[in-house]
Amino acid sequence: MRKNRRNDLKWSDVTPRADYLNRRQIMAAGGMAMGAGLIGLSRPARASIDARPSEYSTDEPLNSWEDITSHNNFYEFGLDKGDPKRNAHTLTTDPWAIVIDGLVERPGTYDLADVMKGQVLEERIYRLRCVEAWSMVVPWIGFELGALLNRVGVQPGARYVAFQTLMRPEEMPLQSMPILDWPYREGLRLDEAMHPLTILATGLYGEEMPNQNGAPIRLVVPWKYGYKSIKSIVRISLVEDQPQITWKMQAPSEYGFYSNVNPNVDHPRWSQASERRIGGGLFAKRIPTQMFNGYGDEVASLYSGMDLSEHF
Amino acid sequence: MPAAQAINAQLRRIPTWTVYVAGLVPFAWIVWLAFSYGLGVDPVKELEHRVGKIGLQFLIAGLCVTPLRRWTGVSLLRFRRALGVLAFVYVAIHLLVWLVLDLQFRWAEIGADILKRPYITIGFAGFVLMLPLIATSNNWAVRRMGAAAWQRLHWLTYPAALAGATHYLWLVKSWPLETLIYFGIVVALLALRLPLLRRRRPA
Repeated sequence: MRKNRRNDLKWSDVTPRADYLNRRQIMAAGGMAMGAGLIGLSRPARASIDARPSEYSTDEPLNSWEDITSHNNFYEFGLDKGDPKRNAHTLTTDPWAIVIDGLVERPGTYDLADVMKGQVLEERIYRLRCVEAWSMVVPWIGFELGALLNRVGVQPGARYVAFQTLMRPEEMPLQSMPILDWPYREGLRLDEAMHPLTILATGLYGEEMPNQNGAPIRLVVPWKYGYKSIKSIVRISLVEDQPQITWKMQAPSEYGFYSNVNPNVDHPRWSQASERRIGGGLFAKRIPTQMFNGYGDEVASLYSGMDLSEHF
Repeated sequence: MPAAQAINAQLRRIPTWTVYVAGLVPFAWIVWLAFSYGLGVDPVKELEHRVGKIGLQFLIAGLCVTPLRRWTGVSLLRFRRALGVLAFVYVAIHLLVWLVLDLQFRWAEIGADILKRPYITIGFAGFVLMLPLIATSNNWAVRRMGAAAWQRLHWLTYPAALAGATHYLWLVKSWPLETLIYFGIVVALLALRLPLLRRRRPA
């Protein structure tokens, strides 16, 4: 099923750094955007993570670093898209450990370095489709979740994987408010979790994961709405029954367990037929949303025989 | 209330056109931001939301005029038309941004949204309710209709404001405090119109 969608050049081979830093800011450097531009430029001087290119990457134009790191849904840090960038600096990501438990052969508390031990980092350039009908193209750095699960050993009874975000209200201010039922929870069916498209990401654009994007380690499931890709993970549990997930707990009529991107099944309050690609400015054309966010060749078989309007 | 009278005397010196001009300053600022990349990476949504919120704020400001006069004696009555017209202008721009820049005349999706999505239905209903109001926001209409009929028609402001606040409350995910506050303010301002709460007058 794998398709060779692109050659083995990475973005860093073809895109001068000044170009993927927000071009608009550089153009506007003489004006009032100067301040914002300087923030954008205050990043480490060169890419720090080396990652292999992947045949799963799309060759669509990338969103800029600025787009990806200043337009985030990370409710622990605020409800506005700009809040996580403003507020997530309070998050301590070192030391970091993940509890892996449930139906696994080698349960335990794994230090982040231990989680990543032996994993081959790849660059995965994926489309990200938010349930709010906007989208981006993000060059993630990460490794396949399946590789980690194989390492810890999945017991035969396990059918689902449950994930939890860090619960630390002193660093995540909105966890003190009843916005959602904290901590944030997500889940996948085991075959979804083992699918090679499903990754744990630890960086983007060759840099370590910015806090507002879910540092130090987050899930990325590109054929599902963005909220499935849970951030700042501290717990991974192999379980028998379908786990609770935060948005479904919040509004079961609006958010389902599967949450596959599907232009034919609307959110009860808005259409999912098309989307706005972030970064195109005021007059960017809407684009049609693709079934499974364009990953149907890889994942449609996971859902054969299922009524996706019922299992949304 | 001498203080209120003094304030009213000062207010009478302000020509109403200044309210129109001042009221359009936020729009000019937002347009400037939009064209100088100051609205973030998703400028369409930001423009849409900011303009809509200002429309709601002007609706609320208009609803404050009568309670303010009743409780403090300060009268902004001369400026109420300007507040109402500005509310309409912002709501209309909000609708246009949605139609033109956001949904880009995809009429099938627009029609489905208006009919099927309750929050859009109610927002659109609020806009429609404001149409007879903007059409009669002139002295000629007041004279022609008579003050009593004109006033009755303009009670449409109440459902329009409620529609706007509900639209805002309904469109967001979860229950953010800000939207709840706007909704609460509108409900409170409408409650003040109930006969029971209306009696108190300044001494």
